[in-house]
Amino acid sequence: MSSNQTDVVFFDENGLRTDQRKPDEIRPMKIKIGVLSRANGSCYLEWGANKVIAAVYGPREAHPRRMQLAGKAVIRYRYNMQSFSVEDRARPGPSRRSSEISKVSREAFEPVLFAEDYPKAAIDIFVEVLQADAGTRTAAINAASLALVDAGIPMRGLISACAAGKVGGKIVLDLNKPEDNYGEADLPIAMTEDGKITLIQMDGHLTPSEFEEAMELVQKGCRQVLEIQKAAILEKFAAVMDSDEEEADKEETEKTAEFEPETEEFDSDETDEDDINAFVAEISERLAKDVSAVIRNYESEQIGMDIDLADGLFEDDEMDAEDLNEIKNFISDADDEEDDEKIEIFVIDADELDVSEEDEEESDEEDDEESEDEETEEESEEADIDDSESDEEDDDFEDEEEE
Amino acid sequence: MANEILSALKKDYIHSLIVEGKRADGRGFKEMRDISVKTNVIAKAEGSAYVKYGETKIVVGIKLQKGTPFPDSPGDGIIMTGMELNPLASPDFEAGPPREEAIEMSRIVDRGIRESHAIDLKKLCIKEGELVWMIFVDISVINDAGNIVDASCLASIAALMTTTVPEDAANGFESIPLPIQNIPVGVTVVNIDNTLILDPGLDEESVCDTKLTVITENEGALSGMQKNGAEPLLPETVIEMVNLAREKGAELRERYLSNLSIRG
Repeated sequence: MSSNQTDVVFFDENGLRTDQRKPDEIRPMKIKIGVLSRANGSCYLEWGANKVIAAVYGPREAHPRRMQLAGKAVIRYRYNMQSFSVEDRARPGPSRRSSEISKVSREAFEPVLFAEDYPKAAIDIFVEVLQADAGTRTAAINAASLALVDAGIPMRGLISACAAGKVGGKIVLDLNKPEDNYGEADLPIAMTEDGKITLIQMDGHLTPSEFEEAMELVQKGCRQVLEIQKAAILEKFAAVMDSDEEEADKEETEKTAEFEPETEEFDSDETDEDDINAFVAEISERLAKDVSAVIRNYESEQIGMDIDLADGLFEDDEMDAEDLNEIKNFISDADDEEDDEKIEIFVIDADELDVSEEDEEESDEEDDEESEDEETEEESEEADIDDSESDEEDDDFEDEEEE
Repeated sequence: MANEILSALKKDYIHSLIVEGKRADGRGFKEMRDISVKTNVIAKAEGSAYVKYGETKIVVGIKLQKGTPFPDSPGDGIIMTGMELNPLASPDFEAGPPREEAIEMSRIVDRGIRESHAIDLKKLCIKEGELVWMIFVDISVINDAGNIVDASCLASIAALMTTTVPEDAANGFESIPLPIQNIPVGVTVVNIDNTLILDPGLDEESVCDTKLTVITENEGALSGMQKNGAEPLLPETVIEMVNLAREKGAELRERYLSNLSIRG
């Protein structure tokens, strides 16, 4: 960090930053999941003026053979900057900086992936930075996390990343370009849904108390990112809630039952119905809870109101306030339409939700296969993640952007 | 890319469809996929374009740098074209320096721009013999669903047409729009069972005997051509292919490029 430039003004008279953000405010983020047809999973993400695109391939056979691991999958992460992504053209191909970022980012994901389930395979995560504007490694990780979800690769939970830093003697969240160039410190972290840190780096100058303040703030940032990620997943996969899908699910269960006589004996038609209802109820409840949190967040922060590059790379793809309203309406519509008991789950009230959640968990045990897929998220709360690698700290990494 | 392994069944399927006069995605033989061209997508680049040919997605960024001219052309700017087949674009691509096919394709694009004199390189001279503008055309393939080369040609010229040359006050060079004097368009024709097909999709590309990429300029003249594939072509087939490419090239130029301008 070059901190010599003391003449740079970081805050206006109202305490707002150069891009009119509050010190604890992250830049607007836009996400579109599933943008590449060839990849198993993909995600396009804009964060402020950053534009990154992530793709996941695998689990597939690790190639070359000598890379294969006998007991688990090899996880490969490639962070790459396009030559045109920065002010002065970057030389194509890996640099020392990108190699380092690739390594720490890979390590950020290892704790949440079930590598041991795929011996001799490779899970490849590729992230291309199309436009860089400070904070590309965190943007890349956020996109990669969603691309993994899109690829259907089991995970203990999402990874969310954000950076805090010090500019003009003040701790702020999510540095923008001028802040990154002339600020005094940068602290990017990535963490799991249950708050374990899987990547942490720091450069610059922070006193112990400033560091604590920054840590506090950056975790807050990660949680905001997590909510946005969840909303993006919801937007992409909310079709589960569609009644048509319910029908399809039901049919599928019945079909499976035909093929497996045992199941037929065990579950009468009625139990099947109950299972499905319980499954639908559980999903809807969780979705309703997440959406309401995100909507509250969006309403208060007005993220995505008017983003300069709204007609960016994937025109009709962006998630904005309108989409969120749609989701909101969708939920209230569902509220109106259905008339049986499980409707209560759509009431957004924390106390009631807690109660019903406990009820659902009990019935979970009886649930059949389908609901198990959806439970990975819940399991992650209990999953014991070994974070021994997370305190790996790299002191001498180069500047965030190469300028 | 043509190296995807297709089952013999699929190959038969594509062949038998063509005998019936059909294509797997329902297009006519001379029909392109849906094309979209979007310019100025990368704010950090002096010019940029995002082009889709169906699911094939290409981003091109133009960067300008000052450099020393070549001794044999001291008053001319320099143009360099590079293509990266990103490993995120296809399960068949691997990270690393560009290989044969990427080099071949970027050279086809380069040839089109260079030989059609698309850019007036004389106007990119800052100080004769000492300092000129170097134009880097960097093609990034984001998703490969077939026919990367045509999409790259279109994206490159679209990006160039919306490029601004920055000023160099120290040497008295004023900012200008990149001087474009010709618009080359590349069209690839493939030959499957003696049927000529435009804009091959991934599967068609991998079963075709031969591809011919033809680059045409404003007035319909040819500025570049490249045959790709082991199967020989009859001279009359080549003529037929070229005419088809010229026709389609003019159509694409009119439809997607004629109205482009700086910040447009």
